[in-house]
Amino acid sequence: MYVYDEHDRQMAAERVAQFRDQTERALAGELAEDEFLPLRLQNGLYVQRLAPMLRICVPYGMMRSDQLRRLARITRDYDKGYAHFTTRQNVQLNWPALEDVPDILAELAEVEMHANQTSGNCIRNTTTDQFSGVQSDEIADPRPYCEIIRQWSTFHPEFAFLPRKFKVAVNASEQTDRAAIQVHDIGLQMVRNEAGDLGFRVHVGGGLGRTPMVGPVIRDFLPELDLLTYLEAVLRVYNRYGRRDNKFKARIKILVKALTPEGFAEKVEAEWQHIKESPTRLTPEAIQRIQGYFTEPDYAAIDNATDLLASQRFENRGFDQWLTHNVDTHKKAGYAIVSLTMKKTGTPPGDVSDKQLEQIADLADEFSFGEIRVTHQQNVVLADVRQDRLFELWQAITPMGFGTANLNTLTDVICCPGGDYCALANAKSIPVAEAIQRQFDDLDYLYDLGNIDLNISGCMNACGHHHVGNIGVLGVDKKGQEFYQISLGGSSHHDASIGKILGPSFARDEMPKVISKIIDVYVDKRTEEETFLDTYRRVGIDPFKERVYA
Amino acid sequence: MPNVISPDGSIRQDNWVVVPRPAEGESLDIPADQPALIPADLWLAGYEHFTGRQEIGVWFDSHDEPEILDGRVNELPVIAVNFPKFSDGRGYSIGRLLRERFGYKNELRAIGDVLLDQLQFMKRCGFDAYVLRADKDINKAARCLNFFSQGYQAATDTEIPLFRRRAS
Repeated sequence: MYVYDEHDRQMAAERVAQFRDQTERALAGELAEDEFLPLRLQNGLYVQRLAPMLRICVPYGMMRSDQLRRLARITRDYDKGYAHFTTRQNVQLNWPALEDVPDILAELAEVEMHANQTSGNCIRNTTTDQFSGVQSDEIADPRPYCEIIRQWSTFHPEFAFLPRKFKVAVNASEQTDRAAIQVHDIGLQMVRNEAGDLGFRVHVGGGLGRTPMVGPVIRDFLPELDLLTYLEAVLRVYNRYGRRDNKFKARIKILVKALTPEGFAEKVEAEWQHIKESPTRLTPEAIQRIQGYFTEPDYAAIDNATDLLASQRFENRGFDQWLTHNVDTHKKAGYAIVSLTMKKTGTPPGDVSDKQLEQIADLADEFSFGEIRVTHQQNVVLADVRQDRLFELWQAITPMGFGTANLNTLTDVICCPGGDYCALANAKSIPVAEAIQRQFDDLDYLYDLGNIDLNISGCMNACGHHHVGNIGVLGVDKKGQEFYQISLGGSSHHDASIGKILGPSFARDEMPKVISKIIDVYVDKRTEEETFLDTYRRVGIDPFKERVYA
Repeated sequence: MPNVISPDGSIRQDNWVVVPRPAEGESLDIPADQPALIPADLWLAGYEHFTGRQEIGVWFDSHDEPEILDGRVNELPVIAVNFPKFSDGRGYSIGRLLRERFGYKNELRAIGDVLLDQLQFMKRCGFDAYVLRADKDINKAARCLNFFSQGYQAATDTEIPLFRRRAS
C-alpha cells in the first residue's frame, strides 16, 4: 500500500493548516456562505439535514489497520460512534461539528488520511476493483495507476473549479468489472495491445444522476506513459467547454453527447498533441517507483487447503454457504479473498460502529497483513487470508455481524443514506432496504435466485447507483409523500446498461411485495442457467409489468 | 486606482482601467489619460491602431478563446482574464494556455471575482498580478498565495512534476 514520503506529508499538513485558516475566516464572517461552500466541500464537508457530514477519502478503497483504528477513535471523540462506507469506497461521518473539522483532518493526516476532493466540482477519489492485485485474471495491478492519478489530481490548480464533479475509475480484470467504470466520467480499462504493451481503453462521459449514460470509448489504446497528459487534455477540454449555465447539464457526459463521442475525441486529441511530450508524460521509473508500494505481501509458500476445507464444509453448513458466497479465489495457492458483508438485516447498509471498525482492524492484523479494502458495494474485503485459517476467521466474524453469507445476492443491497440523513434525498432508502431484507430472509431461496444487484437511491443523484442495479429503486417525492420508482435490467459490469423504468411508483409499504412479484416472474421464466439479468434481457420488461400492475 | 497584488504578496497601485465591452453599435470608450484594457477581440479588430501601444492591453472573459491572439501575445504589455464568478474555473485554463502554449511573457492579471482562496491556483496557472475583490482583506493575500510550498503537478510555475523531482 502507498506510504507517504516527506512531500506527501508536507502537503497534507499544509492542507490542514489551510482549511483551519479558511474555517476561522468563515466562522468570523470574512467568507460568505457561497464562498466557503466549495472550500469546505473540497475538504469533504457537507451541511446536511441533521448535522454536517464529513466524507473521508479512502484512496481506491485501501486502508491499513492503524487508519481504521484512528477512524474508530474519531467517530468516538467527534461523532456518535459510527461511520458509513459509501458507494465510492469512502467513509462518511454523519454528525461532526463544523468547528471540529480542522482537528479531525489533523488527526487523519497523522495516519496519512484526508478528505481532499471528496466533494465539490473537482476530480474526486479514483476508485478501482476491490480484488486488485490478488485476482488471477487482471492485466496488471491497477492501484499504482490510481495512486498516480491521485497525486496528479490532488490540488490540481487548473481543475479545482470544474463545471461539475468528476469521477475516474480504473478496472484491470478482463472478465469482470467491479469498479463500474462505464458509468464514470472517465473509465479506464487496462489492456494490452498487440505488441504486448500496457495501456488503457478510455471511456468518457458515463454517469448516473439525472441523465444516466454508459460512457463511450474515445480511445481504444492509450499507452501507460501517456496516462496523465491524456487525462489533462480531457479535463482541459471539459473545463473550457463543459456547460456552466445549468447544473443539471454540466457533467462531461452532456458535453460528450453534444459534440458526439467522435467530435469530443477529436478535440481531446488536438489538445493532447500539444502536451503529450511535456514533462507530465510519465516515465517508466516513476511508474516503477509507485509500483514498489504495491508489492506482494510476505506470502507463505503453501498449498491449497482443499481437503481441510472440504471436511470443514461437510461438518458445517453455515461455513459451507459462507465459503461459497463470500470467499473468492486468490491468485496465490493457499490463500483466499474474503468479503466481510456490512449488510446484516436491521443495520443500514454500509454502517459500522467504532467497535466494529476496531474489530475489522484486528481481523486485518490477524488474518490479512494489516490491510483492508472498502468496496463500492459497501462491504469490506480481507484480500489475503490463508485458506487453512478461513474456518477460524468465519467463527470470529459471525458474532460480529460480518458473516452474513449474502454477497452479491438480492439482500446485498447497495443503498445510499437517503432521507434519514441526506439533505438532498426525496425519500428514505434505508427502511426500504431493510423491509426487502426481511422479506427475503431465507438464504437457500436467495442462493437459488443467484446474483442479483439491488440498488437503492433516495434521489436522482443516484449515490445508490439505482440505474445500474439489475433491480433499481429510486425514491421520489410526490406532493410531499415518499414513493419509489423501480427500474429493471441495469448493469454496472462489462455489459453495462441503464435500467428501464417499470412504470408508476409505489408507496414504501408496497415495496417488499412488489419486489417479490418481480422475483416470481424471474423464477417462472428462467431457464436453468439464467441469472436474473439474463432472463430480463431475454423476455423483456413486459412480463414483469403485467405481473406487478395486474 | 486598483490595488494590485504580486505573486510574493506585495501590494502596489496602478491605474490600468478595464474598458467594458461596448453595447451593440457603440464604440470603445478608452480614457485619454490612463492605460486601458480592452476586449481582446476588439484589440485584434483594431490591430493597426492598437499594436505597439504600451498603454493598451486586453482582457479575456472566461468563455473567450485565447487562441485568437496566438503569435501576437507578446505585443501586449498586459493581458487580463476575467473571473465573472470565483467558481468559474475556465480562467485557469486560459492562463496556462497563454503562458505555456503561446509563450506570453508580460503581465497576466486576474480580474473580476478574485478572492483570497483562489490566489495560489492563479499563481500556479501563470497569473502574476491579482486585483482582489475590494471587500476582501488584501493583507491576507501573502499568506493565501503560499499555503502550499509545492504541488504534485507541473503547471506554469513548475515545469517539472513531483514524480520527476522525486526521481532526481
